[in-house]
Amino acid sequence: MSQKLRLAVFKFASCDGCQLSLLNAEDELLALAEQVEIAHFAEASSLLGAGPFDIALVEGSITTAHDAERIQQVRQSAKTLITIGACATSGGIQALRNWGDHEEFLRIVYPRPEYIESLATSTPISAHVPVDFELQGCPVNTGQLVGILADVLHQRQIRVPNHSVCRTCKLQGVVCVAVARGVPCLGPITQAGCGALCPRFDRGCYGCFGPVVQANAESLTDWLVQREHQSPAVLVPLLRNFNAQAPAFQASGDRLAAGEMNRGDMP
Amino acid sequence: MKEPLFLPREEFPTLIARLLDQGYRVIAPTVDQGAIVYAEIQSVDSLPRGWTDEQQPGRYRLKETGNSRCFDFAVGPHSWKQFLFPPLQRISTAIKGETGWTFAVHEPEIHRYAFLGVRACELAGMRVQDRVFLERGYVDTAYEARRQASLVIAVNCAVPSANCFCTSMQTGPRCEGGYDLALTELDEGFVLEVGSAAGADVLADWDLQQASAERMAASREVSLNAARSIQKTLDTQDLRDRLMAQLEHPHWQEVGERCLSCTNCTMVCPTCFCSHVTEVSDLDQQNVERERRWDSCFHLDFSMLHGRPVRNDIRSRYRQWLTHKLATWHDQFGESGCVGCGRCITWCPVGIDLTVEVKELCRDQP
Repeated sequence: MSQKLRLAVFKFASCDGCQLSLLNAEDELLALAEQVEIAHFAEASSLLGAGPFDIALVEGSITTAHDAERIQQVRQSAKTLITIGACATSGGIQALRNWGDHEEFLRIVYPRPEYIESLATSTPISAHVPVDFELQGCPVNTGQLVGILADVLHQRQIRVPNHSVCRTCKLQGVVCVAVARGVPCLGPITQAGCGALCPRFDRGCYGCFGPVVQANAESLTDWLVQREHQSPAVLVPLLRNFNAQAPAFQASGDRLAAGEMNRGDMP
Repeated sequence: MKEPLFLPREEFPTLIARLLDQGYRVIAPTVDQGAIVYAEIQSVDSLPRGWTDEQQPGRYRLKETGNSRCFDFAVGPHSWKQFLFPPLQRISTAIKGETGWTFAVHEPEIHRYAFLGVRACELAGMRVQDRVFLERGYVDTAYEARRQASLVIAVNCAVPSANCFCTSMQTGPRCEGGYDLALTELDEGFVLEVGSAAGADVLADWDLQQASAERMAASREVSLNAARSIQKTLDTQDLRDRLMAQLEHPHWQEVGERCLSCTNCTMVCPTCFCSHVTEVSDLDQQNVERERRWDSCFHLDFSMLHGRPVRNDIRSRYRQWLTHKLATWHDQFGESGCVGCGRCITWCPVGIDLTVEVKELCRDQP
C-alpha cells in the first residue's frame, strides 16, 4: 500500500469561498480524507503540517510583498500546484485596484494608511510561479474541484471540460437571454461550470468563471455595442469584475473603456 | 390514405384530449422564457395562441398578433432533437464490489410522445437524423425506440421568419410526408391530413367531415403565401463542390474573427448529432457512470487528438462546421445537413448568417 498523498490548502488575498467549496463537498469529504492526508488546511483544522506536499491548492491573489515571498515557498513545497478560483487564477475582484490609484485608496479607506503594506497591484499566482492547473470560478464548482483532485489521485491528466456557458444553457433548454431579450450576457465567452445559474434566472452571465479558452471577447463586445447598442458604461463593469485581469476580459474591457472599437463596418 | 378532413376550431381540444387518452405525452410549442419553446402540455390553452416571433440574425422577440391563431410563428430555440436525442444520456454503469466489477447497461426510458406542431423543415431534420442514427449500419437503439414510440403531428407554416430559407433547401414550407397527422390552420379551424395508420388511429371513430375543396385550396394557399414570404436564399447549385474549392479562401479568417465558437449554432441545429462519451467516477473510483452529452465541433477539445486539438483556431472550426453541414454531409449521408430552419442564424449571439457567409466564400478570391 502506497503512502497517502499529502494535500495542503493555502490562502492568499481572497474571501475563502473557494476553500469553502472544498468543505462543502460533504459527500466526498470523508472519501477524500481516506485517500489523502489533509496536511495543511487552516479553514478545516488548526493543525498545520509542514511540507513537502503532493498537492497544493492555492486560493487568492498576490497583493503584498510578503505573499509574493510566501508563494515561492509554497511552490517549492508542492509537487502539484493547482490554483482555485478567480483570485488565484486572474487576480480576482481586488485586481480592480490595478486600474486605480493604490495610494489614494489607502488614504481614503484607512485612518492610518502607514500601517498597511500592500502592493499596488493584485496579480494571479501564475504571474509569480509556475502553476500546474488553474481551476476557474468565483467560487469554484465543488464537483469540478473534487474531479480534479480525483485526477491527481489516480494520475490522470487534470482536466475540466472547457465549454462555454452557452452549451450549459442549451443542454438545459434555457432560452438565450441575449438573443431573446437583449440582455448583455458573457456566456459565449465564459468558461462553464456554474450550471448557467444566471441565465436560468433570466440574468445575463457576468463571467464569474472567467474566459473560456480562446474566448473571442472582441467580437462579442463589438456586437453588443454596434448592434445591441449597449454602452461601455454597462459593458466595462461586466468585463471588469471578478476576472477583470484575465487577459481576454482585460483586453476588451480596456478597449471599450478607451473608446476603441474595431470593425465599425461590421456587416 | 384518407381524404383530408376538417377539424373545426372548437373541436381542436378534442384532438389533444384524444392524444392524452391514448397515452401520449403531448409536446407542443408554448410560451416560456421569452420565446416559443417545446414543452409538455395538457390543453390547447398552453399553445402560443395570439403570439408570433420576430427573428433577425442574433435576435428573437415575441410579439402579440392580435388574432387567436395557435401556430402563427416560425421555429424557435428548441427542436425535437432534444426529445429524440436527449442532451444527456446515461449509457452504463460500472460498480466495483468485493468480487470485481459489475457492468450494467442503462435502459433508456422511452416515452410515447406526440409531437404537436412539427414544421416541414423539422420533419426534414428528423429524416436527416434518421439517416445518421438508423440507416448506416450502426443503429442507435435508444434513438430508434424513441422515434418509433413518437407520433408526429405536423403543422404547415403560415408565418415564416426572416431567417427561414427552407424553400432553398427544398424542405418546406409545405409538409410532404413524414408525419402521422398534418394540420393547416385556417381562421375557422384546421385542415387535417392523415399520413399514417398511427395517425388514423388517433382519429378512430371521430365523426369529422372531409375538408371541402375551398378549404383545401385555402390550405394550399397558406403554404404558397408562406413560400412567397421567404426572403432568405441559399444557392445550393453545386454547393458542395463550390465550397470545397474554397478551403483556403481569406473569408474563413474574417468569419473566424467574428465567430465566438460558443457552440450555440450546433446546439440549436435540428440535425447536428455530435456527442461526447465520458466516464464519470466517484473519488475512490468504485462507481463509474458512462454518459453521453451533446458536443460540438466548435468545442476546442472536440478535435483533441494525442493531446493537441487538430482545429486549434476558430477559423478552422467554423470551416469544419460549415463545410460539413453543406458539403461533406453529402459525401457522408448523400444529402445536405442543412434543412433551412434558420436557427443557427437567429441564435448566434453575434448574428452570423451562413447564407451570407456562403455567398462571400463562393466569391472569387481577391
